[in-house]
Amino acid sequence: MIEQYLPIILVLVVAAVFAAAIVFSSRLFGPQQPSKIKIMPYESGKDPVGSTHERVSIKYYIVAMMFIIFDIEVIYLYPWGVEFRNLYNEYGFFAFWPMLVFLIVLELGFLYIYKKGALKWD
Amino acid sequence: MSIYDVIFYLFAILTIGSGYLVVTSKNIVHSAFYLLFTLFGVAGLYVLLAADFIAIVQLMVYVGGILILLLFGVMLTNKVTDVKIRTGTIHIIPAVIGTGLLMGVIVSMMLRTNWKSEPGELPFTTTYGLGRILLTDYVLVFELLAMLLLIALIGAASIARRDNE
Repeated sequence: MIEQYLPIILVLVVAAVFAAAIVFSSRLFGPQQPSKIKIMPYESGKDPVGSTHERVSIKYYIVAMMFIIFDIEVIYLYPWGVEFRNLYNEYGFFAFWPMLVFLIVLELGFLYIYKKGALKWD
Repeated sequence: MSIYDVIFYLFAILTIGSGYLVVTSKNIVHSAFYLLFTLFGVAGLYVLLAADFIAIVQLMVYVGGILILLLFGVMLTNKVTDVKIRTGTIHIIPAVIGTGLLMGVIVSMMLRTNWKSEPGELPFTTTYGLGRILLTDYVLVFELLAMLLLIALIGAASIARRDNE
């Protein structure tokens, strides 16, 4: 059983080694002569104006919360999707309605947020 | 000690060690990065338990979602140039009582559960079975889950937009 996961472990190891090699080889082989102009934040060739770490209000938490909730929704769709053909052969459309109800309930929440204006970008 | 035991202890050490670093690290950005290894270790333990779907969900929702949002939250609320947010220990006594109660519940569950210890056939994948019981035996739980997610969504909206209207 565990042998099936060997390719995944290989991918992880290769990714880690590759990323480390990229980062450290540029540090190892690249010439480093930093000057004040070189370490300036890059701003399309112009002199930067103000701090680069401006705080932007995008109503972060509502966006984050919606992302998590719809992420979870997609995860519940997946096992239903792979088993749907067998379920349909057994139960007909009764394999379909529960998922429709599930989706409608969640989209009602999305509609509520949209109508309330929580997604306005101010 | 079989190869399973070796892998189990590797993931267990990874999970517990980085979990300890999450709570003891003073720098919140370091805590978030240690949390990555904790969540990854838990995903590895799920794989060892032949719960492949749960392991992928763990990676997608916790590592791919919650952890990234956590890091963005730190980035947006904090000046990146100097890490000002530092964790400190406050409310020790309520925390000890709360975590002690939780640990008691978990340990009593561990001791009371009738664990199956005879060797069984591991399923090739659990996804098909999960899809089936979600739409048959646990369909009510499934719909209640939609309500729970809806409540979370509306709660988040009303907290984030308290000032308007």
